[in-house]
Amino acid sequence: MFLSLSGIRKQFGDHVAVHSFDLDAAEGEFVSFLGPSGCGKTTTLRMIAGFELPDAGSIRIAGEEIGRVPANRRNVGMVFQSYALFPNMSVADNIAFGLKMRKVPAAERKARVAELLELIHLPQSGGKYPYELSGGMQQRVALARALAIRPRVLLLDEPLSALDAKIRLSLRQEIRAIQRQLGITTVYVTHDQEEALSLSDRIVVMSQGRIEQIGTPSEIYNAPATEFVARFVGTLNLLPATVTDAASGRVRIAGRELRAASAVEAPSGSSATVALRPEAIVIGDGGSEANRLDGSVSDVTFLGSIVRIRVRVEGVDAVVALDTFNNPHEAPPRIGDHLRLAFPPEALLVLPHAPDAGPVAGDESLAPA
Amino acid sequence: MTAGSATSEAPGIRPAPRRVPLAWLGLLPFLLFSAGFLLLPIAFLVIGSFQTSTGEPTLENYSGLGDPYIVAAFWNSVTVSLISAVGGGIGGFLLAAAVVRGGLPRPLRTGLLTFSGVASNFAGVPLALAFVFTIGNNGLITLILKDVFGVSLKATGFTIYSQLGIALVYLYFQLPLMLLIVAPAIEGLRREWREAAENMGATGRQYWRHIAFPILLPTLLGTTILLFGNAFGAQATAFQLTGGTIPLVPVVIGAQIRGDVLRNQGLGYAMAMGMVLVMGVMILVYVWLRRRSERWLRS
Amino acid sequence: MTAAVTAPRRRRRWGSPWAWLIFLLGVSYFVIPLIATIEFSLRAAYKDPVTGEFIRPSLAAYELVLKDPKFVGGLLTSFRIALITIAVSLLLLVPTAYWVRLKVPRARPVVELITLMPFVIPPVVLVFGLIRIYAPPPLAFLNSTFGTEAVLVGAYVVLSFPYMYRAVDTGLSTIDLRTLTEAAQSLGAGWPRVLWSVIFPNLRGALLSGAFLTLAIVMGEYTIASFMGTKTFGPYLSLLGQNKAYEPAAGSIISFAITWAAMFAIVIIGRANRGRTQPAGAP
Repeated sequence: MFLSLSGIRKQFGDHVAVHSFDLDAAEGEFVSFLGPSGCGKTTTLRMIAGFELPDAGSIRIAGEEIGRVPANRRNVGMVFQSYALFPNMSVADNIAFGLKMRKVPAAERKARVAELLELIHLPQSGGKYPYELSGGMQQRVALARALAIRPRVLLLDEPLSALDAKIRLSLRQEIRAIQRQLGITTVYVTHDQEEALSLSDRIVVMSQGRIEQIGTPSEIYNAPATEFVARFVGTLNLLPATVTDAASGRVRIAGRELRAASAVEAPSGSSATVALRPEAIVIGDGGSEANRLDGSVSDVTFLGSIVRIRVRVEGVDAVVALDTFNNPHEAPPRIGDHLRLAFPPEALLVLPHAPDAGPVAGDESLAPA
Repeated sequence: MTAGSATSEAPGIRPAPRRVPLAWLGLLPFLLFSAGFLLLPIAFLVIGSFQTSTGEPTLENYSGLGDPYIVAAFWNSVTVSLISAVGGGIGGFLLAAAVVRGGLPRPLRTGLLTFSGVASNFAGVPLALAFVFTIGNNGLITLILKDVFGVSLKATGFTIYSQLGIALVYLYFQLPLMLLIVAPAIEGLRREWREAAENMGATGRQYWRHIAFPILLPTLLGTTILLFGNAFGAQATAFQLTGGTIPLVPVVIGAQIRGDVLRNQGLGYAMAMGMVLVMGVMILVYVWLRRRSERWLRS
Repeated sequence: MTAAVTAPRRRRRWGSPWAWLIFLLGVSYFVIPLIATIEFSLRAAYKDPVTGEFIRPSLAAYELVLKDPKFVGGLLTSFRIALITIAVSLLLLVPTAYWVRLKVPRARPVVELITLMPFVIPPVVLVFGLIRIYAPPPLAFLNSTFGTEAVLVGAYVVLSFPYMYRAVDTGLSTIDLRTLTEAAQSLGAGWPRVLWSVIFPNLRGALLSGAFLTLAIVMGEYTIASFMGTKTFGPYLSLLGQNKAYEPAAGSIISFAITWAAMFAIVIIGRANRGRTQPAGAP
């Protein structure tokens, strides 16, 4: 494993920012730390960079322990949310700064700067100053500056949060393309799940200083291990249920017996939360094996290509949202209409109730083949 | 242009009355006040500097500035202002850096900055008196040096009634002014710059040399220049201290106001103009430098 | 972003020794003259007739000063002049700043230039010009006490321009002027009402700060007051310094205390202001 964090812990006064962080990342892998503000993702990143010292645990790059190495000798490149370009230097000087600190001769510096300006598609901007550039351009320069020193690991701390939505999209793709091209191990911190899902090889979902789940984007989305992950990533319907038979995956909701595709973690008789993706639900009876729920329409929202219908489920204090594609030839249901909803057993995710259940490696039966 | 374009407006429609002049009327009180108590007095000085005692236009007042007494006054003023500006500049910067970035407890910083607000206003009579009580002939420090250390201040040739002495007194309001302006500038150095520099492999010293100091330089330079102007114009402190024995431009002007020591009003006006010119140039340079650094820091 | 509390390894717990050294040197420079002055002011005690040594410190100097009618007179005069200056300055600058922001933004550079001129025109030059205009006829204001004080107030208002205008302008920049004015007008308020009820209250913090700063400046001012022959605090101190031995020290300490009190008030106002709610409506 190229980048290894084991048992990393960090505390500020009384507040434990990171409880016990373990991660093994392969060389060239793009890993995202995803979570809400205060979950510890940035603190962990800063520990890799060396701006914070872990209270416990070790950080290794290519087998070498770097936990005690000062920040200015770690050879990791960091891109900050606020770009942090040096305002008194031109773009070229900014990019060359790391090389200058390493006493790289001037001619070689110049060549490398030109190379990087090409990489970020700003070949003519070498002489400009940061205040002359837009946010998106500044961030690209920051990326080039971090890459100039050929770091072993690239760290990005919410690099797109300060940018406009459109720039965010294009720059996101550019970052991924560059990362692929260079094959550099990358850690990317964000609170935007769409970013994480679209960019990463793997995602570490964090909450309150703990890892909730580590998995590929597909695993995170389709097989969330905890209620937090299910809630945080994508839209999800959550319903209260009782487990009637854990072994066969049967649960009861509102007096109905429903079946999950495989055995359930929570013990029989316990209460659990059941999660359903809106896109998995259809109106009608569904297939022969399908689970069914009845309810009445409480709201219909037209979102363009998708129509979102909210249905109040009978017998339970819950509203389920389902998405159907917009069909100009078919009128959507009206408020108050009775509807039968169906979904396959695979779409039923039973989540244990305990919030501190900790990370689950991913339900094997639901993992993509 | 065709002949038919003579009337561009439809007949009968007058252009709307311009509202701009009317709105400017709202500024009348301010403009009148400024005219009466600021602009006209200065204007009169300017005009007077170009007049003889009988009111005829002349340039001889300005050539009269070459008088050795006046040249000495300007020279003294420049020296005193330079020493107190550079001293205040360096000292103020070091103090600001110490208290903002030196890891000192926070209350010390707040206390020092609040005190600076007071000290920068403590110029004039009380300040001069305070220093007489400290290092004057019977001052506390003078006596301590003599009784405890056996050092006679007089023997070293130092006296407070000299250019150096006056500059030393001026530091009391120069240092705080520098501190008040520079401390926020140092605070404005963003944490991420330092981290980015470290990330690039820079040590603390390299960070200061390549990034922090260059960013601060315009402010440091500009404020030092401001300090120069500040000292140049100070009258009360110097007068109280020296009673006019050391000619300084503001002191000479003051003496001129009191009792026509130059025997030529116009010359006095010319001196005043010279002073205003010096200070005006200083302020302009200061503003220019501040603008430049602000432009960099805008993002 | 996660908590901003950091403890970078390089910062020792108690700060670098250089910083302490510089700080202590700075503090010494500022404090020693004060101590010397205080010490001097306490010397107006009884000398031992034989040895000439001072027996004990006493507040006699302070007593003498505080009982001196000229001191009280000077102090009260300065105070009175300061209050008038503040009032005139506020009445002049607040509407002007408001007007510039709302109606004539193009006048802004001109107005700002004028308010910054006192930085370029030192008091000694200003008083030179003022005497030139107002001493000889036809505008012989300086012949009467009232006229002299009026000119003095005028000069002090000018001196307060940079600070007052800056404070007011900054204060105005934090409230949405146009919207507040239009709201008030739509409810029937005329210009004076708008200023009085809507603008002034929102500027209270800035105005108070500016007022106290002006107070400190006026109380300590010597140059203009003395050349105009007014009997304010500054000239009194100077007179004291020329004639007496220990009383000037007491006077200086009193002057310093007054300035301290004014600055302290500003700090308190600043703290209180930060706790106030933001103007409603700011998202």
